[in-house]
Amino acid sequence: MSLTAAEVAELMRLVEQSSFDELTLEMNGIKLSLRRGSAPESSSNQAAPVPTIGGAKTPDARPPPSVTADPNVHEVASPLLGTFYRAPKPGAPPFVEVGAQVEVDSVVAIIEVMKLMNTVRAGARGTVTEILIADGQLAEYGETLMRVRKSG
Amino acid sequence: MRRVLIANRGEIAARIIRTCRELHIETVLATSAADRDSLPARLADRTVCIGPPRPSESYLKIDTIVHAALATKSDAIHPGYGFLSERAALASLCEAEGLIFIGPTAAQIAAVGDKLRARSEAQAANVPVVPGSAVTSADEAMAAARVIGVPMLVKAVGGGGGRGMKRVDRLEDLAASLELAAAEAGAAFGDARVYLERFIASGRHVEVQVLGDGHGRVIHLGERDCSVQRRYQKLVEESPAPGLSAARCQALQEAALRFAARLSYRSAGTVEFLVDCERDAFYFLEMNARIQVEHPVTEAVTGVDLIAEQIAIADGAGLRLAQSDIHTRGCAIECRVNAEDPANDFRPSPGLVHEVAWPSQEGIRVDTHIASGSTVPPFYDSLLAKIIAYGPDRASALARLRRAIASTRVDGVRTNLSFLEAVLSDREFQAGGFDTGFVARLLERRAATTEPAHNG
Repeated sequence: MSLTAAEVAELMRLVEQSSFDELTLEMNGIKLSLRRGSAPESSSNQAAPVPTIGGAKTPDARPPPSVTADPNVHEVASPLLGTFYRAPKPGAPPFVEVGAQVEVDSVVAIIEVMKLMNTVRAGARGTVTEILIADGQLAEYGETLMRVRKSG
Repeated sequence: MRRVLIANRGEIAARIIRTCRELHIETVLATSAADRDSLPARLADRTVCIGPPRPSESYLKIDTIVHAALATKSDAIHPGYGFLSERAALASLCEAEGLIFIGPTAAQIAAVGDKLRARSEAQAANVPVVPGSAVTSADEAMAAARVIGVPMLVKAVGGGGGRGMKRVDRLEDLAASLELAAAEAGAAFGDARVYLERFIASGRHVEVQVLGDGHGRVIHLGERDCSVQRRYQKLVEESPAPGLSAARCQALQEAALRFAARLSYRSAGTVEFLVDCERDAFYFLEMNARIQVEHPVTEAVTGVDLIAEQIAIADGAGLRLAQSDIHTRGCAIECRVNAEDPANDFRPSPGLVHEVAWPSQEGIRVDTHIASGSTVPPFYDSLLAKIIAYGPDRASALARLRRAIASTRVDGVRTNLSFLEAVLSDREFQAGGFDTGFVARLLERRAATTEPAHNG
């Protein structure tokens, strides 16, 4: 018996949404340790994992590593570094919400670099299952912005 | 200044982070995807991935880097050397966005980046330049060439550091060389202008480190001899310049100060000279408007942290040192350890560094971003580390450096360590005071003494 990539991804999601920073699982010869990317070690911090700067050196301020070997899940990666916007302009409805049906070339977000707007397309047909970054936040190059469960 | 974004990679990124930490300044490192797991990325307080490995899509993207600095609430950008360090466009965008650019003003970068403009500034500052001329037409070029004489160099106005140069040995080859040089310069620098300079057959490369406050006050921190060059790439640098008379040194230092003062230069910079061994003269080559790779030899003999001074000047503290505060003591020699194969025409050798052991003897400083398990990506220069030896005199610094090189081990990629050993053990090097033809002569000597390989 072993863990599938989808199960690992699901575990990561559970840790992500829980108030725990670490999870250690041992079963049938498998040992799996998960820790939030920016969680200070052995703290019971309940806040969302915000990358911190300065002060005590955190091991890593990067977004958590993406684990999707699940062939049915498509990760929408940021094509460049910039500010992530969910809507075409302030006050306008967002391009997509969780649950939205998208086509391969549907625009799902904007990445702004020094006032220059770059559109981000879904890249797969399916349903948006997660939006991993808040409106107006800095998205790094390659950072996972959304997940889409593929259909058809 | 509370937070600095470092727009660079490799050893210089690690070097800048070290001083920022000492000054309690937070660091944000802008990295490409190839450098996300590098040692500097681990040392920085925060790392942001700005793009794919190719420099044109990451380290050379001005808008992206400024956006990253603003979004991470950084106060300043340190450009290091190479990449965007001498791009006036980055300095001016910082000026427009209210970010501190740790370096000279955009206008100063533009002034020294245009080699013709720099030449005329040098002449105006009463600093000798190599006999030469701007070129606008083929006829005019030929007239100028007759005065300059062969051999001569066709140089790109936008070039520098040995890039964009062609040697002309016969006047009848001039027209063809001009055409080729202009086409190449246009492609490489976006500026097809070229100029002519007399080729100095035997010259030493000696440069003067300066610091300026941006308001006309400048000081120098002595000179560096960088005559150990292969195809214009420096390999070994030292301070002071061996065998150069006190009067000659002083003349170089004063010329460098006149040039920097004329520009009201701000931050750390280097004025490069060619010291003509045959004519006992020296000429202005160019000014580098950035921190240089070889800055540690100056730090070793002066005790000044040049990055800290750059930061203080950028932060408005002005020039904290007077000329009378600068005392050079002893001798420092630096070697550049590169991932390249001397047995294979110094071809770059990227890859995984399985295991590395850097020296840690007394009087040795190592600036590096490479530890066991580090990767040398193929997209960037091949510098692995700088090993700097300090001693009370040249002989002791050299002895320390040779021991340090001998105790250095790098497994996984090919390095030039054996060649550095050959340089340091060479009698001409040990005597000091040679011209930039040294490496070519050394390679010839080695080829002559090596038995032809026997097969089978």
